[in-house]
Amino acid sequence: MLSRTAENLYWLARYVERAENMARLLDVTIRMAGLFPHQAGSNEWHSTLIAAGCANGFYAKHEDATPAAVIHYMTRDPDNSSSILSCLETARRNSRAVRTALTADMWEAVNSTWLEARVLQEAEFATESVHRFLDWVKERSRLFDGAVVGTMLRNDACWFTRLGTFIERADSTARLIDVKYHVLLPEYESVGGAADYHQWAAILRSVSALRAYHWVYRDRIKPWLIAELLILRPETPRSLIACLGEIMLNLDLLAQNYGRRNECHRLAGQMHAKLRFERIDQIFQGGLHEFLTGFINANIELGNEISRQYLS
Amino acid sequence: MPEAFNEMGADGRVRPHFAGIRSWLAATPNEVFALKRREAEHIFRRTGITFAVYTGEGDPERLIPFDIIPRVLDAREWAFVERGLRQRVLALNAFIADVYGAQEFIRAGKIPPERVLCNSGFVVDMVGLKVPAGVYTHVAGIDLVRVDAETFYVLEDNCRTPSGVSYMLEDREAMMRLFPELFAAHRVRPIAHYTDDLLETLRSVAPPNCEGEPVVALLTPGAYNSAYYEHSFLADEMGIELVEGPDLVVQDLRLYMRTTQGLQKVDVLYRRIDDSFLDPLVFRPDSLVGIPGLIAAYRAGNVTIANAVGAGIADDKAIYTYVPEMIRFFLGEEPLLQNVPTWRCCEAEDCAYVIDHLHELVVKDVHGSGGYGMLVGPHASKAERADFAERLKATPDRYIAQPTLALSTCPTFVDSGIAPRHVDLRPFVLVGREVRIVPGGLTRVALREGSLVVNSSQGGGTKDTWVVD
Repeated sequence: MLSRTAENLYWLARYVERAENMARLLDVTIRMAGLFPHQAGSNEWHSTLIAAGCANGFYAKHEDATPAAVIHYMTRDPDNSSSILSCLETARRNSRAVRTALTADMWEAVNSTWLEARVLQEAEFATESVHRFLDWVKERSRLFDGAVVGTMLRNDACWFTRLGTFIERADSTARLIDVKYHVLLPEYESVGGAADYHQWAAILRSVSALRAYHWVYRDRIKPWLIAELLILRPETPRSLIACLGEIMLNLDLLAQNYGRRNECHRLAGQMHAKLRFERIDQIFQGGLHEFLTGFINANIELGNEISRQYLS
Repeated sequence: MPEAFNEMGADGRVRPHFAGIRSWLAATPNEVFALKRREAEHIFRRTGITFAVYTGEGDPERLIPFDIIPRVLDAREWAFVERGLRQRVLALNAFIADVYGAQEFIRAGKIPPERVLCNSGFVVDMVGLKVPAGVYTHVAGIDLVRVDAETFYVLEDNCRTPSGVSYMLEDREAMMRLFPELFAAHRVRPIAHYTDDLLETLRSVAPPNCEGEPVVALLTPGAYNSAYYEHSFLADEMGIELVEGPDLVVQDLRLYMRTTQGLQKVDVLYRRIDDSFLDPLVFRPDSLVGIPGLIAAYRAGNVTIANAVGAGIADDKAIYTYVPEMIRFFLGEEPLLQNVPTWRCCEAEDCAYVIDHLHELVVKDVHGSGGYGMLVGPHASKAERADFAERLKATPDRYIAQPTLALSTCPTFVDSGIAPRHVDLRPFVLVGREVRIVPGGLTRVALREGSLVVNSSQGGGTKDTWVVD
């Protein structure tokens, strides 16, 4: 297939996934901010910007990370290429450029989302009601995912699409966990205290994994178990290792089909193996934030290698 | 102006092949039609059949209005039109081959040399270049208008990159979905094989150096082109790659596309961009959508470009006036389809007549298209006519003039109900090793009362066109 087609499919999937993850990130922020609403110097909104990797762009336009300003910037600011509406628009542009490679269901999922997003009213983005919009974004992203899995022919077009989804999802899960690093505990709270507990729970909820946690551990919420669930447990669908598993699978299918393996296969295998044989206590000893930063960088490198090999 | 010919019939007399439509219109309640029209809009909107209009305001992706009342031609009418089209397109191809070859038409004194050689549609790089099967215009859109039961005129020949065929196909799809019972009651000739015919046509003109199955690709300027929907639709239907300039590269005088598995050869390029953007080394050096080296590969016989570079020489409105002569000269036949009587303003006698009769003529810029840059005499003010007369005197070469024709009408849904509206017809003629024409074509309808302008950029709509047995 044309490299440009593959590239468009890959980025289409990435942008749909990114829109969803921005929604999840905002969701966790709103939950955390709601925990201690009258705390002076509370910084959840600032932390979200850092975790999302868009602090620089934000502070170039704004003095303070007020809830309204951050919500505006992350949901619909056209200057922010990763704002949810920007993502949906880019996804739609990518789809339009490769209409012939999409199934009708995929096109409709992307196109109708964009058509609906265009006519959203101001009030939908207000701090107190934005959660409805965020739910809608997640729902539309799942619709797209469903269309891909349910209607796409299993060939290279599908594999490149799936690669986009999982590269983006791996990035986002790592950033979500990292939010916890950036959010400081209130002064009188200690690590392992009530605030710490609720912040971790918020992260679990934001990836729809609270119930999964209880199923897997049958234990009260403990930070290292949450980290383990979201990093090392292959049965958690948004965990880092699960994403890497999917990336490996799709890269392997490409290799079988094209008859050759490349540097991106080696990189993905290396990342996957590292996660498979890692222990959560070791990760915490070395520093969770450092581990996640390393992972995000390796994942970016993997994305670049995939682009270099197939998409240009 | 005389009364326009109503194709369904007039004065209570219904022409036989329209009888089924007439009784369907009478028997169907208005609410049902209202519902079906909304459904049709929904179908088109959902499949994304839009047309980009560059006005800078409103919805940039608009639907071309679709009218649900089909236009019906009977087998006898169509047989005549089909023969006429075949004849005309063969003559046009012979003319283009001659222009870039022996130039016998010029030497025989059938056309002044400067009209061809100084024409902006003449591409000097094509002189002496042999194209497969001698075909230059592989896809021609011949615009026809009708003035009475027997007379079709050719309004213009589109020999470069005629568009609209996707509307023809989608209009039929929509009609079959909306009104299956109508199709059950008529014997409508199918048209869905158009894309198969197109692919076969393109494969049949593979370049001489092609090895194995010819690979065909469709070259589009990109998603922002007004006809992009059509490009992607055709590529999809034919199962070929839809490529843009940056996807293509020429190496060792061969054309390749960049794929996820490296470079892959392309033998036939069905291009939907203008000549001047094809190759920045030969034409516009600032073209970002072009492919450097493409013309060299073409010249080396390693790739076929369809329609051929330089085919535009035949769809210039000044050249148009010579087509009947081409048919006589190259085919030794009398033309079946007539030209609209045309005055060539470049000839002094004609020009004087035109200036005296501006109030009853339509004057067209020979390089204009899409209904722009023309004067419709009967509708123009005195000042506008005076202004145009000055332009005619200054650059007579730029203009031709024709009488205002009473275009035929077909019943059409308008705000006030059903009313006759003027229509034209663009059949699509495919030329490879043989000539193929699917029955009918794209009917365009001027939705405003009294309007003769059917262009989609100026408020025209489309109709499904039936040839019935």
